[in-house]
Amino acid sequence: MSNDDYIIKPKHAWIFGDHVNTDLIVPSEYLTENDPDIIVKHAFEGINPDFSKKVDNGDIIVAGRNFGCGSSREEAVFVIKELGISAVIAESFARIYFRNLINQGIPAITLKNATQIFGNMTKITINISDGIINCIDLNTRKRTTLKFKPLPEFIMKIIEAGGALNLIKTKVKEKI
Amino acid sequence: MSMTQQILTEHRINQAKDNDVEISHQLLEPGTFIQSEIDLCMVHEQLGGRISKEYAKLGLDYIKSPEKIVYILDHWVPSPDVRAARMHQEANEFAKKYCFNKQNILGENKGICHTVIPERGYIIPGMVAIGSDSHTTTYGAFNCFSTGVGATDVCNFFATGYLWFKVPKIHRINISGELPSGSFSKDFILSMLGDYKTDGAVYKAMEFGGEGLLNLSISSRITIANMCVEMGAKNAIFEYDKVLENWLNCNKYLQNRDTGDIRAVLPKKDANYELEKDYNLGYVQPMIACPHSPDNIKPAAELSEIEIDQGFIGSCTNGSLDDLRIAAKILKGKQVHSNTRCIVIPASSDIYLNAVYEGLIEIFLESGCTVGPPTCGPCIGGHMGVLGDDEIAISTSNRNFQGRMGAKTSKIYLASPASVAASVIEGRITDPSHYFD
Ligand code: SF4
Repeated sequence: MSNDDYIIKPKHAWIFGDHVNTDLIVPSEYLTENDPDIIVKHAFEGINPDFSKKVDNGDIIVAGRNFGCGSSREEAVFVIKELGISAVIAESFARIYFRNLINQGIPAITLKNATQIFGNMTKITINISDGIINCIDLNTRKRTTLKFKPLPEFIMKIIEAGGALNLIKTKVKEKI
Repeated sequence: MSMTQQILTEHRINQAKDNDVEISHQLLEPGTFIQSEIDLCMVHEQLGGRISKEYAKLGLDYIKSPEKIVYILDHWVPSPDVRAARMHQEANEFAKKYCFNKQNILGENKGICHTVIPERGYIIPGMVAIGSDSHTTTYGAFNCFSTGVGATDVCNFFATGYLWFKVPKIHRINISGELPSGSFSKDFILSMLGDYKTDGAVYKAMEFGGEGLLNLSISSRITIANMCVEMGAKNAIFEYDKVLENWLNCNKYLQNRDTGDIRAVLPKKDANYELEKDYNLGYVQPMIACPHSPDNIKPAAELSEIEIDQGFIGSCTNGSLDDLRIAAKILKGKQVHSNTRCIVIPASSDIYLNAVYEGLIEIFLESGCTVGPPTCGPCIGGHMGVLGDDEIAISTSNRNFQGRMGAKTSKIYLASPASVAASVIEGRITDPSHYFD
């Protein structure tokens, strides 16, 4: 595994409010759907109907409190992975959703006042390993540096591996 | 040590070689990561959804501990459409391929997972249980550690036989008093949600004890443990006591199952809590969670202006025999209001059968309710009572998120079975207290 920093440079930050639940991210009616493309197409449609069309590879999601509350459906993380979301920043996460994000290899960053801060930011660079965000404030054009608590090493390993299953794969193979 | 810490300590796998895991040989402090042995893993339709698809990525032709898996189909049974039927087929094929134990395959007409798993004696005190469903917190009513996980975590357990946990901070809830007549444990947990809000207990273990516990039946405890996840809790656990002991002794399935000695878990004197709270059941009034959040709480008495299109009595929260008895007591000899429909769904086939024996089903049918076979059904907007545009429902289930039971413009009010029964008679939200005078 490399010791390089895990850095992302999203083009756009999609801002969501507080308590966005898993029923809003993937409504129950698509849980029996076998075609992944159809599930992905309907991601977040209750809040932002065109989300899946507009979102770009590498974009990030920025949300308020308790992001991903509700059910354990991993479809709610699967869709954002498929859409190419590179990280999710939230003021706080629901427990199962946090685990699901990590398990799918998507960095989950907790940051106070995230939605306020990111509403105005451009040229965002996030160093996931060190917990540093550099960006430029659209109004003042000033460079801003924000800090967040880096994820524990154990979790960074899962993210760097691209998800828990990749790690498990290696482990299971080693044992044979 | 708290109950949660004791159980996790006993299940921790010592893997000094595995540098993924921080090992603490003493007390498991909150925040410590551990690998834990898993005694039971409940999977439902998700097996045919993401779980089988994720597991395929591992390319394994085996599952480490198939005997620990209990598999049930409950959300969309009997299947309402071809998509659901296909999902069931995929789940069934997976179970067959990986040789799940025959007696642990419950199939599709036993009822809702969280009702059936404890009812059929799969849960015993002191266990570590996981399930592919957020309301797996329910089993904590039976004095065990139990939590919901996503598809990847289930696959992790399938492949390795264990799973990582972060030891949670503990909240101790001391219960005193007795519920006034007309108020139920649903009203209590809704009041608690009003205090805690939907993120007040994120990542916490909620531990229930106190002398008032003896006044809460097992089905009342199920309702409470079930809804602790609505405040974000990782798990909810009730102290072992006489009520649970009696329940375990009377469970006919447990008598045929070799469980070994049952070990009661009680908090140790030195237990350290992040927060201790006292609740007196005596002050609990009939409460309703208004749209679109389970913490948007108002007294039922203040909502009598709200007319309802549908009542639903059922779900893993309030579909027990006790719940049906309460609803039937109110509905007996009355009629569901002409502008309202009411759907009653016993949460398991055993409950259904007993409700038939006791004459409850007769009461429901005579009062104009529809009685459905055991399933999640309307709770998840799956089938048997999906709401149309702008419709208003009062439901005994646990989530009133926007669109949860159907159309995005529909509205859900959460309530006790007594409140739902009283409301469908009146055609508007009704405080049921006067039925118990
Ligand atoms: S009854 Fe509702 S909350 Fe319970 S398991 Fe079924 S869908 Fe989930």
